Amino acid sequence: MSRSRWLPMPLHSLLLLVVWLLLNNTVSPGHLVLGTFLAFTIPLLCAPLQTPQPRVHRPLLALRYMLRVLGDIVVANIEVAVLVLGPMRKLQPGFVAIPLDIESELPITLLASTVSLTPGTVSAELSDDRRWLYVHALHLTDEQALIDTVKSRYEAPLKEIFAC
Amino acid sequence: MNFWVELLITILLLIGGVFVLVGSIGLCRLPDIYTRLHAPTKATTVGMGGILLASMLLMSTTQGYLSLHELLITLFLLITAPITAHMLAKTALHHENRVLRRTRSQHLMKTAREQQPPGSTDHE
Repeated sequence: MSRSRWLPMPLHSLLLLVVWLLLNNTVSPGHLVLGTFLAFTIPLLCAPLQTPQPRVHRPLLALRYMLRVLGDIVVANIEVAVLVLGPMRKLQPGFVAIPLDIESELPITLLASTVSLTPGTVSAELSDDRRWLYVHALHLTDEQALIDTVKSRYEAPLKEIFAC
Repeated sequence: MNFWVELLITILLLIGGVFVLVGSIGLCRLPDIYTRLHAPTKATTVGMGGILLASMLLMSTTQGYLSLHELLITLFLLITAPITAHMLAKTALHHENRVLRRTRSQHLMKTAREQQPPGSTDHE
């Protein structure tokens, strides 16, 4: 985990280069040079602002997690669309507090974002001690089932990915 | 342009359009601010995804080079949509916005507002 002085965030540098090339929609030499320059200088300027985050220990699992979330987004979209077009009287919204096992910021942020994007829920608030995530569900039938789904389907893999 | 490619682009555009429309309908129809948040955050991601995929296909076939910068828009959308929803929900909680009467577990709103674990203040 040694960090070189001139390349403090290698992954971020690569990401910056890729994003630059995508933004310009080209791989011409000029943009390659400019993108590489930006990929070197921006991390140099931003490195002091970095806060320590847990590292990804299982990249393959992370990839699988992303694909699963993408699939779930499509399913959740159809579910929400049906609810939105259905009768409003039958809607049963509700708040749920989900107990969290993960503690660091990055995994919790990822979990909260996933929860917002996927199964008919929006994350609303996090308790001070980072032990509870408050969630608003559009159509709440079984609180315990929702908590179990979030914990087993999203939290468990995140826990494994970041090994925390 | 190939007929099948055209058909695929049309289908993607239609799917995208329908989902974006449903998102907007939801924004109008749903009863309170918390439920309203659901429609635009979810229905729109697939809607925009469909439209952007169609754009990628169209540009790649007509311009003759692979057009990938639509992927960036999808990425930014996926990053910003949940954060916006979270901030809005948080703000609504702190402003004590009116909530639908039949919402379940409303006592959680109080502890959530104070960022305390559930059951730590007055319990119901």
